[in-house]
Amino acid sequence: MESTLIDRALMRISHEIIERNRSVEKLALVGIRTRGVPIAQRIAKNLQSIVNQNVVCGSLDITLYRDDLMRQTVGPQPILRKTEIPFSIDDQKILLVDDVLYTGRTIRAALDALVDFGRPRSIQLVVLVDRGHRELPIKADYVGKNLPTSIHQSIQVHFAEVDGKDEVLIHETPNGEVL
Amino acid sequence: MTAQPIRNTFSENKPVSLPSRLRSRNLLSVTDLTPEEVLLILDTAEAMKEVGTRTIKKVPTLRGKTVVNLFYEPSTRTRTSFEIAEKRLSADTLSISSANSSVVKGETLGDTARNLEAMAPDTIVVRHGASGACHLLADICSARIVNAGDGMHEHPTQALLDVLTIREHKQKMQGLKVAIIGDLLHSRVLRSNLLLLKMLGANVVVCGPTTMMPPGIDKFGVEATASIDCAVEDADVVMLLRIQLERMRGHFFPSLREYFNLFGMSEKRLKRAKSDVIIMHPGPLNRGVEVASEVADGPYSVILEQVSNGVAVRMAVLYLLAGVDEETGE
Repeated sequence: MESTLIDRALMRISHEIIERNRSVEKLALVGIRTRGVPIAQRIAKNLQSIVNQNVVCGSLDITLYRDDLMRQTVGPQPILRKTEIPFSIDDQKILLVDDVLYTGRTIRAALDALVDFGRPRSIQLVVLVDRGHRELPIKADYVGKNLPTSIHQSIQVHFAEVDGKDEVLIHETPNGEVL
Repeated sequence: MTAQPIRNTFSENKPVSLPSRLRSRNLLSVTDLTPEEVLLILDTAEAMKEVGTRTIKKVPTLRGKTVVNLFYEPSTRTRTSFEIAEKRLSADTLSISSANSSVVKGETLGDTARNLEAMAPDTIVVRHGASGACHLLADICSARIVNAGDGMHEHPTQALLDVLTIREHKQKMQGLKVAIIGDLLHSRVLRSNLLLLKMLGANVVVCGPTTMMPPGIDKFGVEATASIDCAVEDADVVMLLRIQLERMRGHFFPSLREYFNLFGMSEKRLKRAKSDVIIMHPGPLNRGVEVASEVADGPYSVILEQVSNGVAVRMAVLYLLAGVDEETGE
């Protein structure tokens, strides 16, 4: 999946968001660190260009809410990044944004984190790629692309803002390792 | 993307790649840390600060972990700071102070440690009047040990919060002139700060009465002077140390008033420093002894920021130590 396809998917999602919510009234975007943040910012820009209204945008680090954090079986401890939600989420319609939806555990952590910030009216989930293999009952409301994958593959999303280039890559993991 | 705050740097433009976790399972001394690990703690602390700004100031990270705060010496700031940090991370905490514990019945530190160990806490935060007390605990206990001040030896989390405060104001450490003035002899804050500041590339000048100059201070690679004016000249950071009357055996100076006249930080003296100097003090303040009230409450003072940063740094340390691998951790 390359740059133009990513742009088109995000533009389609932006239209769907307006279609479903009728307006951008009370909408707020929250991107999950790291790659959810540039997606949220791009959707905010798209919404601005479509309806000419500003939609607030924040970023959320879910590290402190992970369910595998203190278990020794996981690899290195993820580096904690800043959470910046410079607005009240009370009674807002939150669009939670991430790059890849896989097991659903990140989203579970993000939902826990969000309710610590207030009581939103609703939370809708936006993902660029849904690769399947859910381990929790979680479903995305807006999907850029469904990519059925094997659990022996890994998906990497790169963004110009973070990685210098827009692309979605699928790798076979060495030795059929399950990620 | 929005401009990132300055991270991962000691100098202005040399990014460092961060390790993903600490190597040592205990924080007994600043020397347990590498410069990269210090950066990891500072960056983590910066992220932790955000938790304190929420309406619900709590994250579930250390849920189900037990942290014992073992305080053999009086402490308000450090103990409260650790307790708040632990509670914000959802750990179960209990605090033992020597006055209402078996210490008054004559139990030794080693026995207290063995008994605590039998109750399987995950982390023990210890403050003790004897230098090296936390090392003894680390030998006995399988819990992670955090040194919250041992005698005249070290107080690593204080030095870390000081460095975090300096970095927030100066955006770098390399080449900064840091003047540390006061009771050098009895100060564990001094030792931890000297080790850490030198590790990060700051130039340190220490100043105090010659009677309070620790022997061998030159081995730390710092400049020592008895002239406060030389110490303050062009300083980026002035760190004042408390006169620790409770640790003094003998007379080090004639009177507190004379001490203030010779070594106290007044507005007039401060004029010699850089125009953007910051004034730091680990607390508790002796107003009119090591610092004039106008300076402590003045525009250059970051003393209360240090206190706020203390909570964030301790959250970072507790969080990162909890993540140290059981097998590879020393």
